[in-house]
Amino acid sequence: MKHIISLLMENEAGALSRVAGLFSARGYNIESLTVAPTEDETLSRMTIVTSGSDDVIEQIIKQLNKLVDVVKVLDLNDGRFIERELMLVKVKATGPLREEMKRISDIFRGRIIDVADGSYTIELTGSGSKLDAFLEALDRTVILETVRTGASGIGRGDRILKV
Amino acid sequence: MASEIRMDDSSYQKTEQLTGAEIIMRCLHEENVEFVFGYPGGAVLHIYDALFKQNKFKHILVRHEQAAVHAADAYSRATGRVGVALVTSGPGATNAVTGIATAYMDSIPLVVISGQVPTAAIGMDAFQEVDMVGVTRPCVKHNFLVKDARDLATTMKKAFYIAASGRPGPVVVDVPKDITADIAEFAYPKTIEMRSYTPVLKGHSGQIKKAVKLLLEAKRPMIYTGGGLVLGDAAPELVKLAKTLGFPVTNTLMGLGGYPATDPQYVGMLGMHGTYEANNAMQNCDVLLAVGARFDDRVVGNPDHFLSVPRTIIHIDVDPSSISKRVKVDVPIVGHVQSVVAEMNELLAAETKRPDANALKQWWAQIDQWRSKKTADYRLDKDIIKPQQVIEKLWQVTKGDAFVTSDVGQHQMWAAQYYKFDKPRRWINSGGLGTMGVGLPYAMGCQLAFPDAQVACVTGEGSIQMNIQELSTCKQFNLPIKIILLNNRYLGMVRQWQEFFYNNRYSESYMESLPDFVKMAESYGHVGMNIERPEDVEGSLHEAFAMKDRLVFMNFVTDQKENVFPMVPNGKGLSEMILGDEPGADAAQSEGEG
Ligand SMILES: Cc1ncc(C[n+]2csc(CCOP(=O)(O)OP(=O)(O)O)c2C)c(N)n1
Repeated sequence: MKHIISLLMENEAGALSRVAGLFSARGYNIESLTVAPTEDETLSRMTIVTSGSDDVIEQIIKQLNKLVDVVKVLDLNDGRFIERELMLVKVKATGPLREEMKRISDIFRGRIIDVADGSYTIELTGSGSKLDAFLEALDRTVILETVRTGASGIGRGDRILKV
Repeated sequence: MASEIRMDDSSYQKTEQLTGAEIIMRCLHEENVEFVFGYPGGAVLHIYDALFKQNKFKHILVRHEQAAVHAADAYSRATGRVGVALVTSGPGATNAVTGIATAYMDSIPLVVISGQVPTAAIGMDAFQEVDMVGVTRPCVKHNFLVKDARDLATTMKKAFYIAASGRPGPVVVDVPKDITADIAEFAYPKTIEMRSYTPVLKGHSGQIKKAVKLLLEAKRPMIYTGGGLVLGDAAPELVKLAKTLGFPVTNTLMGLGGYPATDPQYVGMLGMHGTYEANNAMQNCDVLLAVGARFDDRVVGNPDHFLSVPRTIIHIDVDPSSISKRVKVDVPIVGHVQSVVAEMNELLAAETKRPDANALKQWWAQIDQWRSKKTADYRLDKDIIKPQQVIEKLWQVTKGDAFVTSDVGQHQMWAAQYYKFDKPRRWINSGGLGTMGVGLPYAMGCQLAFPDAQVACVTGEGSIQMNIQELSTCKQFNLPIKIILLNNRYLGMVRQWQEFFYNNRYSESYMESLPDFVKMAESYGHVGMNIERPEDVEGSLHEAFAMKDRLVFMNFVTDQKENVFPMVPNGKGLSEMILGDEPGADAAQSEGEG
């Protein structure tokens, strides 16, 4: 099953490679991994999307906790949470496609953020599955380029990951 | 960096301006380091200059950096203190990696200081540059690259603290050369707190209560202890627990000495080369108490086979990630083994209930029946020395009280099977990584820590040649080690697998062109002995150990084709052992994999 794991770690050189190295050394999946400093600049927050059986996920959490730079780990799937990912898609926008691309983008609440003679760049935010659905709604041949940030996640309500 | 450390000012001592190299010396003094095992080079010249000017700790100049780390590792295994090694950048650092990985696999606390090229040269492919932090990342508990001389003292403090606390392990501190010349204020923090690193100490009381209840209700109980019990210095507590309950105890290869081997409740080592009674009791018990052990592949064999029999498992370990990793357990207890077992003893002392005596009697009868198979027996020969015989005699001659280090191979298993360790921290070997070449440097670490103790290095002619250069170090520092070479002219363990699983195709496992070990020992200034007759084994050992101030290299010419039994072939279950008197190899043949 897919899990979204959030963690806070010391904002030290090499901290990211410790996490990435752990996943490759132990053969765990990484679907996506995002990292950026938090409002407290000594801390970075990382979101890892991974998948595995319950036993594997339990081991992943334990192994992450064992890393000396990691301050806190939270499996967002243990409770209610919000997942968001940003995607930029450059699509063909010539002739009748100009109208159609705008229409599909609207349906998914996307925004056209760059307009050129033959293309649009659409910005879209949502859960990973919503972004997948958007790509599926498009004809492959109209997609010129896509870039996704990987998921970020946060607990709902009082669920807070903080030091 | 400072923000993650909370130190009130009172924990600082008065400050001084020192070079980075001097700061490193002072940190080692503050940690009461006795020995630094090392080898100099360009990047650490400032450090060696500072070292020259101090006399609080002794520097042991090895002949290869791998040996420096192994010797520091053995010093730690024998004493329980943090071992320290010092190496230069580039090749010095990479030579140290095998030693670091060996310590990591067995959770041994080390601080390894490696030189690095000057900060400005990092990333320039400078002479003798290697990304040590990157290279060692997968085989250290933690590592640091020091980027400012002002951070040195706190980094060293953290390194010692991280290495020794929680589940111990090696920590690398990589120090660029310019940092060792820079001047900074020296203040060594007395204590340190890291918000990202807070090892658990006490176990959960509720879980401990539950465990004690289960133990008292057990009909076929078993206690299985590993290296964690030894490292956690919890052997006395465990003995008390086992005695109160009257339960059988087995130790892993790493855990030997955790429970006295000559005690009747001890059923021997378990695992791939464990005793018939230990493996069967492990397989057939109904309640298993695992203490500081990790159910690894060489211990429980095939986990599916192990789990095919229902049993309740209680697992005490300081490392939560060791619990339910290979085998799912019922009562996990995360905590320092010593405190958890002590708490169990307290609960038992306050408890009147005792285990069901009848059930226990039946269980012991079953175990005694397995024991009566006497799978440790071997046939003495009147013309050829049997390796088992050498170890048995070694045990007798040293009165069971030596530090025994070993290399890796058949000789290691025989040493583990036939030397009866009654005390923890006496059996020093590479269990996790299985590193050939550790034996001699391990013996050095032990002998330096305990100059008056008997130290024996049990080795093979393959392994000993992997760090043979250390005979020179032994001469320089007058280390009267006794090298017990079980010379079978084969990479014996490899040959055994080839015999069993590859139809006797002995591919590259014969050791050709061996040196004359006696002459070799003599050329290093030591005593050499050739022992070829079974009747000379005991006398020669007496003779060697009587030479209290000399290293004696004993070349025992042993049976070439002797095999280690019992053996659980790879992928088989614990109770599916091949025993010595059965050919058995065919049955296992299809399962063979290196
Ligand atoms: C550094 C290293 N290389 C290879 C091996 C694989 N290996 C395990 S046991 C063994 C044979 C050891 O031979 P020897 O030291 O003569 O001991 P014996 O088995 O004959 O007692 C080998 C090659 C290893 N464990 N370590």
